[in-house]
Amino acid sequence: MNPNDRSYTREHEWIIVEDAGTRRALVGITHFAQDQLGDIVYFELPKVGDTVAQLGKMGEVESVKAVSDLYSPVSGEVIEINSALTDRPELTNEDPFGEGWLVRVTMSDATELDSLLSAEEYNAFVAEQH
Amino acid sequence: MDRSVPGRVGTIAPTLDVPAAPMPDPAFLRDDLPLPEVSEPEVVQYFTTLSQLNFSIDTHFYPLGSCTMKYNPKINDDMAFLAGFAGIHPLQPTAQAQGALELLYRLQDWLAEITGMANTSLATLAGAHGELAGVLMMRAYHLARGDAGRTKMAIPDSAHGTNPASAAMAGFEVVTLPSDADGNTDLVALRGLLGDDLAGVMITLPSTLGLFDTNILEVCRLVHDCGGLVYGDGANMNALLGRAKLGALGFDVCHLNLHKTFSTPHGGGGPGAGPVCCGDNLAQYLAAPIVIRTDGGDYEFSEPAGSIGKISSFHGNFGVLVRAYTYIRTLGADGLRSISGNAVLNANYLMHSLKDIYSLPYDRTCMHEVVFSADWQRERGVSGLEVAKRLLDYGFHAPTMYFPLIVHEALMIEPTESENKDTLDAFIGALRAIDAEATSNPELVQNAPHTTPVARLDEATAARRPVLRWEPEAAD
Repeated sequence: MNPNDRSYTREHEWIIVEDAGTRRALVGITHFAQDQLGDIVYFELPKVGDTVAQLGKMGEVESVKAVSDLYSPVSGEVIEINSALTDRPELTNEDPFGEGWLVRVTMSDATELDSLLSAEEYNAFVAEQH
Repeated sequence: MDRSVPGRVGTIAPTLDVPAAPMPDPAFLRDDLPLPEVSEPEVVQYFTTLSQLNFSIDTHFYPLGSCTMKYNPKINDDMAFLAGFAGIHPLQPTAQAQGALELLYRLQDWLAEITGMANTSLATLAGAHGELAGVLMMRAYHLARGDAGRTKMAIPDSAHGTNPASAAMAGFEVVTLPSDADGNTDLVALRGLLGDDLAGVMITLPSTLGLFDTNILEVCRLVHDCGGLVYGDGANMNALLGRAKLGALGFDVCHLNLHKTFSTPHGGGGPGAGPVCCGDNLAQYLAAPIVIRTDGGDYEFSEPAGSIGKISSFHGNFGVLVRAYTYIRTLGADGLRSISGNAVLNANYLMHSLKDIYSLPYDRTCMHEVVFSADWQRERGVSGLEVAKRLLDYGFHAPTMYFPLIVHEALMIEPTESENKDTLDAFIGALRAIDAEATSNPELVQNAPHTTPVARLDEATAARRPVLRWEPEAAD
């Protein structure tokens, strides 16, 4: 269920490299994360131009159950946020790996990806949580 | 509005007994206000019926974890309604309000005694307001010593969400302190956070897991040794009344939720009171005003030398303070001690009566509340939320759900000391029946509640697209 084309954090974010040359990548939260959160009602995302640090807090997600921190999978600069989430945060519930993406970043160091989990490792990590 | 009938009235206008005056300019008059035209009995019936839809501690068992929904003795209200208290004005000269000031002075003293602290400020209006005042006092303490590099506040992962919010509002950077496998503060992680940048820690005791942190003495020692302070979130003081004093354990400052521990109303988010108590090292920073007694025996308002200043208008929520004073005075020291005894006994009775069918993530003697997980029900397709909703059909308020965050499918149950064994047994019976339903008829639980005036509210839409004011339907 977790796509093989991307990397994962233990905080339940994913990142997929869109363009290796410009180190452009897309970031979101996993299906497991949205399922645990329940109905998402609000995102507080970083602003375009903000710099984020690997595993540093980059924002918050609020659901009917709780408010949780969002962590950036890599260091870099935010170049776009998913503005569709402002009116429809439920997109992340409906399609966490696609339309419900959170931010687009330019990675400052692509080798940071090596420290993240593969889909297989993330599957095992999630299974361990239960 | 839908009951309005044109021409129906609920009042009789008195005969004119003053000289008639001309009506104001018609430009200032309007006839488009949608005021209902109803009779007095209709109004009374309407609002009385609405009030009967209320779910309250005066009508039902209310085991909402962390909130301490204990019975509020009616004598508290009787005392607050005494004309000398209810009719007093906050700007009245203190010479005319010596009785009220004496009450505040004594309450300061008693709360300090109960928590093992040196002094109290009653000016803060809610638990989180008390937290903010407390962490501002910690900040003032460090700054007064020229120790400006202490920017971090460590807060356990089981804490109330208000703790990190209060610390952040006071300008601190919040760092998370994990719990260990037993639900205590993880001392290894704490040691990693010690340093000259640590302002302090905010600890809830017992924790929101309903557990007494058996590492607490070591936590206080470690934090003090590195120059930090220990804040106590007193939300769970109901478990400790007359048994353990935060000051004696090493806490420097704490707040109390009078609406939890001291039986003042939880009415609709306010008015509340969250007094701050602190040790000698922080007393000069207390929020103003505090009440002092002069050598001549008079009571006066005073601002401590290094006070963080005023944090509310006037003198706090006086009517709430009268109720808490009455509660303490009614019960006395022995009574307060039996509260914690019965609160802890009741929670452990529930724990032992249910842990064979509801998963217990931290299986150890609990304090005033017990945190189960609905994981075993979830395996049959029934979530913690649905178990909670189904309880409403059995005539019980739902427990707190999905908090603390570190427990999956958390159901947090706090019976308080108010309820007798018959009520607890009925509640246990309901939870056992719901567990059986999760096997025999899961849809019944999944679609609960079935007997309440409204069923499932659309919480997600309410939060995503809130409608914050009522508006009349547009006229055709």
